[in-house]
Amino acid sequence: MIEINNVSKWYGEFQVLTDCTTKVQKGEVVVVCGPSGSGKSTLIKCVNGLEPFQAGTITVEGTSVGDPKTNLPKLRSKVGMVFQNFELFPHLSITENLCLAQEKVLGRGHEESMEKGLKLLDRVGLKAQAQKFPGQLSGGQQQRVAIARALAMDPIAMLFDEPTSALDPEMVNEVLDVMVQLAKEGMTMMCVTHEMGFARKVANRVIFMDRGAIVEDAAKEDFFGQPRSERAQTFLSKILHH
Amino acid sequence: MIDFKLVADNSDILLAGLRYSLALTCSSMLIGIVLGCLLAMARLSSVKWLSLAASAYVNLFRSVPLVLVIFWFYFLIPFFGFKVGPDKSVFITFAIFEAAYYCEIIRAGIQSISRGQVGASQALGLTYVQSMRYIILPQALRNMLPVLLTQTVVLFQDTSLVTIIGIKDFMGANVVTASNNGALKEMYTFAALGYFCICFPLSMLLKRLHKRIAVLR
Repeated sequence: MIEINNVSKWYGEFQVLTDCTTKVQKGEVVVVCGPSGSGKSTLIKCVNGLEPFQAGTITVEGTSVGDPKTNLPKLRSKVGMVFQNFELFPHLSITENLCLAQEKVLGRGHEESMEKGLKLLDRVGLKAQAQKFPGQLSGGQQQRVAIARALAMDPIAMLFDEPTSALDPEMVNEVLDVMVQLAKEGMTMMCVTHEMGFARKVANRVIFMDRGAIVEDAAKEDFFGQPRSERAQTFLSKILHH
Repeated sequence: MIDFKLVADNSDILLAGLRYSLALTCSSMLIGIVLGCLLAMARLSSVKWLSLAASAYVNLFRSVPLVLVIFWFYFLIPFFGFKVGPDKSVFITFAIFEAAYYCEIIRAGIQSISRGQVGASQALGLTYVQSMRYIILPQALRNMLPVLLTQTVVLFQDTSLVTIIGIKDFMGANVVTASNNGALKEMYTFAALGYFCICFPLSMLLKRLHKRIAVLR
């Protein structure tokens, strides 16, 4: 469904991505991990064209992301994305956050998008907060709303960019629970995260990145059993030991 | 200092002058903000020629005195064969001049909204225009509201400049009354009081608005 072929990206002289190649099949959950500054977030943002790249190709269900002729807004409307800092729209209420893109991008009527939005809000356990504004919710609640907002577009795949990194520890699980449930329902997911527990529970594959390159791309069992690269072994021992 | 009988006797022309000043201020503000939004988006655009053209416009108008622009439109446009007359001429002049100032305020406002908000609206499939219209500008304008209105108070004072091409705005009406009745001291003091009584309370109100918005953020 998502194919990344030999993608490289530079910020001026500095190369952030080096020859990255990988694939995400339909229904697969792929976790991307690695030390900070390794290019994980940049790579995932290339998938829906939020970040441009200079070499290589990315296709999402056959549509080339880097092709100037591609209708990027249309492609993005089919790929949900959840950000580290939630990025709910602070001047809009929760229901308005959920309905806006459904109405303006997909052309759904207000009733229909409202019904859809409330259903998803209920699913992430926040129906009672429908009339509030983002600023009145906790971080974990905001992130769950952000997931519902992305799901309201009926995406074919979901991208998560460190969805729990900005959260207080006690709020991490409420967000992960929603993500686990989503994975179990067969959603195609690409997740940049340090939550190895989540990876163990639902990931099919784990990608390990270092200095802009994909160092390891392995099935979950292999990655946690015996990572081949020394860099991945050190990384794992550092984050799993406490 | 102020001859209130003289003011009362000439209240018609003075009130008409005040209405003119307020009308000129409101129209320049509305057109200026709309034009300013477009200019700000053009300046921030990644399309090179568009941002260069907008920068040139803004820098030009911010680098010449308003009086000059008023003269320029009033005296030179008819020279090219257009007949606009003083009223239309100043309404146009003020709108395009103020647009340059509003543009810079709005540009700062747009830049104060985090890149993440742009990313989030794009990720949902909103086009550039939609994300500006529904996500970025509403937040930017709310943040910028006190500064935009402060600029409008300054604009109201600046409208007095139209007096020099013989328009009877509030200032002009005072000038006419003063010279017709040989009461320069009285009428100019009254004019000062008039501008002060409008601008000072507004500034105070804006200060409070600024504080409230700062709390909301």
